[in-house]
Amino acid sequence: MRDLTLRGGFNTSTVLLGTSLLGLAAGLVGAVAMLRRRSLTADAIGHATLPGLAGAFLIASAVGLDQRSLPVLLAGAAVAALASVAVIQWLARQPRTHEDAAIGIVLSVFFGVGVVLLSLVQNKAPKGSAGLKDFLFGQAATMLPGDVYTIGAIAGVCALGVLLFRREMAVVCFDRGFAHAGGWPVALMDAVIMVLIVLVTVAGLRNVGVVMVVALLVIPPVTARLWTERYHRMLMLSAALGACSGYIGSAISAAFEHAPTGAVIILTSGVLFLVSLTAAPKRGVLASAARSVFLRLRIAGDHVLEAAHDAGTSRLDRHGLMQIAADRRWNALFRNAVILSLQRRGLLKARTPEGWQLTPGGTGRGARVARTHELWAEYLVRRADIAGTHVGWSVDQVEHVLDAETIQRLETELGGHVHARAQA
Amino acid sequence: MIQGRRTKRPVGDLADRPEHSPQSPLSIHAMTVAYNRRPVLWDVDYDAPAGSLIAVVGPNGAGKSTLIKGCLGLVPLAAGAVEFWGQPLRDERARVGYVPQRETVDWDFPVSALDVVCMGRYGKIGWCRPIGRQHRKAARDCLDRVGLGEYADRQIGQLSGGQQQRVFLARALAQEADLYLMDEPFAGVDAATERAIVDVLREMRATGRTVVVVHHDLQTVPVYFDHAVLLNMRVVAAGPVSEVFTTTNLQQTYGGRLTLLSEAADALARADGAAL
Amino acid sequence: MIALDPGADLFPLIAAVLAAGSCALLGNYLVLRRLSLMGDAISHSVLPGLVAAFLVTGSRASMPMLFGAAAAGLLTVVLVGAVRRLTRVEPGAAMGVVFTILFALGVLMLAYVPHEIDLDTDCLLHGQLEALYWHDAPASWGEALSPAAIAAAPRQVVTLLVTAVAVGVLVGAFYKELRIAAFDPSHATALGVPAGLLHALLMIAVAATTVACFEAVGSILVIAMLIVPAATARLMTDRLGSQIAVSLLVGIAAAITGYLASFQLPGVFDAQPVNAAGSITVVLGISLTLTLVAGPKHSVIARMRRRRSIAKTITSDDLLGLLYRAEEAGEPGVRFADLRAIPRLTAAVVPADRAGLVTHKDDRVSLTEHGRRQAASLIRRHRLWEHYLVEHVGLAPDHVHDQAEKLEHIHARPDGDTPQDPHGRRIPPAPRGNH
Repeated sequence: MRDLTLRGGFNTSTVLLGTSLLGLAAGLVGAVAMLRRRSLTADAIGHATLPGLAGAFLIASAVGLDQRSLPVLLAGAAVAALASVAVIQWLARQPRTHEDAAIGIVLSVFFGVGVVLLSLVQNKAPKGSAGLKDFLFGQAATMLPGDVYTIGAIAGVCALGVLLFRREMAVVCFDRGFAHAGGWPVALMDAVIMVLIVLVTVAGLRNVGVVMVVALLVIPPVTARLWTERYHRMLMLSAALGACSGYIGSAISAAFEHAPTGAVIILTSGVLFLVSLTAAPKRGVLASAARSVFLRLRIAGDHVLEAAHDAGTSRLDRHGLMQIAADRRWNALFRNAVILSLQRRGLLKARTPEGWQLTPGGTGRGARVARTHELWAEYLVRRADIAGTHVGWSVDQVEHVLDAETIQRLETELGGHVHARAQA
Repeated sequence: MIQGRRTKRPVGDLADRPEHSPQSPLSIHAMTVAYNRRPVLWDVDYDAPAGSLIAVVGPNGAGKSTLIKGCLGLVPLAAGAVEFWGQPLRDERARVGYVPQRETVDWDFPVSALDVVCMGRYGKIGWCRPIGRQHRKAARDCLDRVGLGEYADRQIGQLSGGQQQRVFLARALAQEADLYLMDEPFAGVDAATERAIVDVLREMRATGRTVVVVHHDLQTVPVYFDHAVLLNMRVVAAGPVSEVFTTTNLQQTYGGRLTLLSEAADALARADGAAL
Repeated sequence: MIALDPGADLFPLIAAVLAAGSCALLGNYLVLRRLSLMGDAISHSVLPGLVAAFLVTGSRASMPMLFGAAAAGLLTVVLVGAVRRLTRVEPGAAMGVVFTILFALGVLMLAYVPHEIDLDTDCLLHGQLEALYWHDAPASWGEALSPAAIAAAPRQVVTLLVTAVAVGVLVGAFYKELRIAAFDPSHATALGVPAGLLHALLMIAVAATTVACFEAVGSILVIAMLIVPAATARLMTDRLGSQIAVSLLVGIAAAITGYLASFQLPGVFDAQPVNAAGSITVVLGISLTLTLVAGPKHSVIARMRRRRSIAKTITSDDLLGLLYRAEEAGEPGVRFADLRAIPRLTAAVVPADRAGLVTHKDDRVSLTEHGRRQAASLIRRHRLWEHYLVEHVGLAPDHVHDQAEKLEHIHARPDGDTPQDPHGRRIPPAPRGNH
C-alpha cells in the first residue's frame, strides 16, 4: 500500500515516476504507431538497438571514452535503431520481400550482430558489460534519478511531437493517398513517427527491456481503441493507460520480493486490456453479447405480441405461448426471459390464472409489427421479385429493426395495396 | 392475406418448400448470406438446369461472388440451404469445381503454371501421395487445351493476366468436375483468352457439364450463355437468356438499388452493433 | 587448414545444422504466407509454456518442453485470431498484445522457479552452441564418428534430431496440401483440403522447432534461422520445391560457416571466440544482403543491368529512327555537328557502327543496308502505334508522338494495318515472313 502512494522510499518513488513517464510517452507514441500500422516495427527497432549499444561500448573503449557513459550508449542505440528503420524500409521495397519478412529479418539479424559484438565486449571487459538479460527483461528496480530525468525529457519531446503534429499525423495515418494529393508532409510525418518510436524504445531499453517497450507501445493503444471512437481521446486515453500500467505495475512489483518489474508492468497493462475487452461499452465482449441477447429477446417478444394480434386476441394463454416456443425452438429459460422482458417493457401484464393480458402498448406493438411484416413482405414480393413463399427469413428479421421513417416510406409506397388485399 | 403471412415458421425448415428436382446439379433454397449480420443476398432460390451454361449478372455489389461463395460454403449462410444433385456439398465435393477471382491469390507464389493445374487433381490424388505421372500428363493436356502448353514451366507471375486466367481454367478442367462455379473468369482478359474460355465452356456443355459463371459483360451474355440469373441483392429474374433478358428485367437489375433493401440491411447490422 | 576438435566441435556443428535445416523448411511457409512475424511472436510466447512444463515435471526433459511449447504456440495463434476479431486492430498490433503478455507471464513464472532447478535464461536468449561439449571424446575424427558418438549425444542434439525428422516428415508428406493451402486457401477449401487445420499444424511445428532450437541458438536468433534462408531462396528461385532446397542449403551452409567463423576469424586477430549462434546469424544476414545486391534476376545489380540494357536499346533505336527520318527527308545522313546537340545519340554511334547498323564517312553518319531494315521496322512500329492511339484510343494526333515513342520499343505491334500514320506519313511495310 505504501508503494502505491509514492511513500515507499526514494528508490521506489524513482522507479514509479520513471515507469509512469515511460508508459505515458509509449502510450502516446504507440497510439500513432498503431494507426500508422507500425506496431511491430517497434519490436524490430528494440532488438536492433543491441548492436548499437555493444558497438558504442566497443568504440568508446577503443577511443578511451568512458564506455559506460549513458549518452554514448544511448547514441549508439539510437544510431542502430535509425539504421534498422532505414533497412526495413529498403527491404520492404525490394521485390519479393514483404514488410513482415523485412521486420523479422532486421530484428533477428541486427540482434545477431549485437550478440556477436556483445561477446567481444564480454571478452574485453568481463565485468563492465551490462548483461543481455537486462537488455531483454530490463532492470527497472535499479533506476536512478538521472534515468528519470532522461525519460522525463524524452516523454516531453514525444508529447510535444505528437501534440504539434497530431492533425498532420491523423491525415497521414488515415489516408495516405489523400494526404499526398493534398500536399501534406507524408514523408516527414512518417519520419517523425519513426523517430519518436526510436526515442521511446531507447529510453525504455535500459530500464525495462525490449519486450516491455514493445508491450507499452502496443497494448495501451489497443486498449484505448476499445473505449473510444475519437482520435484525440484515443491518444489521451492511451497515454493515460500507459502511465497507469507503469505506475501500478511497478508499485505491485515493489511490494513483492521476486517480481520482475518489467513483466509485472506488462501484465498490469494486459489486465487493463482484458478488463476493457470484457467491459468496454460498445466494443466490449459483454456489451456486444448483451446487445445480441436483448435483440433476440426483443424480436422474440415481438413474435409473441404479433401472434396474439394474428389470433385477434389481447390475451396470451399458456398453451399459445408453448406453441410459439415449440415452433421457434425456444427453451424454457428463454421463454421465461421473453415474458419477463415484455413485462418489464410494460407490454404484458402480470400473470393471471388464464395467462397474460396484453397492455394497450403491447396490443399496439403487436399490431405495428404485424403491419410492418405485411408491408415488408409486400415490398419483397412487389419490388424485389422474391417469390412470396420464400420471404421467411428476411421478414422474420427485418420487421423488428426497421425505423419509423422507413416504415412510413413503405406505408406510403405500398400501404394502400396491403390494405386492399387484407380487406379482400 | 398476402402470401408472406403463411411463411412464418422457423428458418431452415425445408419441408414445405417447392419440390426441387434431385437431378439439378445445383439447388439453392432460400439462401440468405450476411456479412456481420448485414445481408448482401436475400432469399435466393434457384435450380440450375443440368448441362447448361449459366451467367450470373448484376451490377457491382449485387452479391454475385457471394452467391458462388455461399454455395461452396466459403461464407456462412444466414439462412437457407444448398444442395448438389440433391446432396450436401460434403458428399459431392469431388464433382464441384471452383474458379476463384484472379485477384484472390498471390501471383508471386513460387509455382509454375503446371503446378497450379496439378492442384486441380488433388481431390483425385489423395492425401500425402505425390503427384503421379498420369496426373501430370492430364494436367499438361489441360494446359494444352487452353493454349498454354508452351508455358507449362513458367512461374505464374510471369504470365499475362489473361494467361493467368487460362491457367485457372486449366486447373478447373483438370479437376474433371461435373459442375463448375466460376467467379469473373472474363474480367480484364484479352481477346485470345476470351475465345479460349468460351471454347472451353462450350466443350464442357457438350460433355454434359453445368457451368455457372459470374459475368459482367451484358452484351456477350446472349452469345455465350443459355441461361442467366439476374442478381441485385436478390434474384430479379432467372431462366433461359431469351426469356429473362428483357428491358424491364435489366432495368430492374441495373436501374439503381432497391434503397429500402439496403436500408433494411443496414438496420439489421446496426441492431446487432456490428456496424460500429 | 581449419583444425577442428571432435570433442568441442562435433555436437555443436550437428546441432547448428539440424536447427538451421528444420527452421529453413518451415520458414518457407511463413515467408510465403506473410506470417514471418508470427514466427517472432511464437518464439517469444512459448516461454510460459516452457516454464509451465518445467514446473510441472521439474526437469528439463525434452518431450514435456516440446509439448508445453506447442501448446503455447497454438494458444498464441488462437489468441491473436481472437484479439483481431474482437478489437479489429491491425494484425501486427494483435500479435504484439498477445506475445508481450504471454512473454511477461513466462518471465514472472520464471522468477518463482525454485533456484535449485537450473533454467539458464541467458542460454534461452542467445543460445550456447559451445556448451554442447563432448567431454571424453576420442582425439581423432575417425574414432569420433562411430556409434559411440550416438550414445554420447547430448539431450539437446537428440531433441533437435527428433524435431528435424518430424518437420521433414511433415513438409514431405503434406507437401502438396501445404502448397495449395498457402497458394489459394479458398480453392483448397473448395477442394476439401482443410486449410485451417494445416495452418494450425504448421504453427505447432514452428513452436516446437523454436523450442528445440532455443538451447542451441537462442530465442531471438531462431527467428533469423526461420526467415532469412527462405527470404534468400525466394529471391533466387521460381518454384516452391527449389525454393525449399535452396533455403535448406543456405541455412545449413550458413550454420557451418558461421560456426567455424565464430572462432576461426577472431583467432586470426588473436581475439577470443565470439558467440557462435550470433555468428551464424551474421552469416545469414550477409548471404541475404549479397543475394539482394548481386543475386540473379531480382537483385539490385540485375535490375540495374536490365535497365541499362533497355536504355541502350532505346538510344540505339532513337539513333536509327533519326537517321531513317533524315533519309525520308532526302538527306543522305546526319552530320556529326548536328548530332552533337544530343550527346546520348553521339555516344550510340560507336556501338551501332560495331553492330553494323550505321557507317560514317567524312562527317556524316548514315544507315547501312542492315540498319535501314531495322530502322524501317522500328518506324513502322512507331507509326502503327500512333495510328492505333488516334484511331482506337482517341488521342489527338499532335499528342501521340511522345506516347508512341515509349511504346515503339516494346516488341508488340498494335492490331491492324494501314499505309499511313495520323500525320500522313508512309508507314513502312512489314518485312516479308516477319511481323
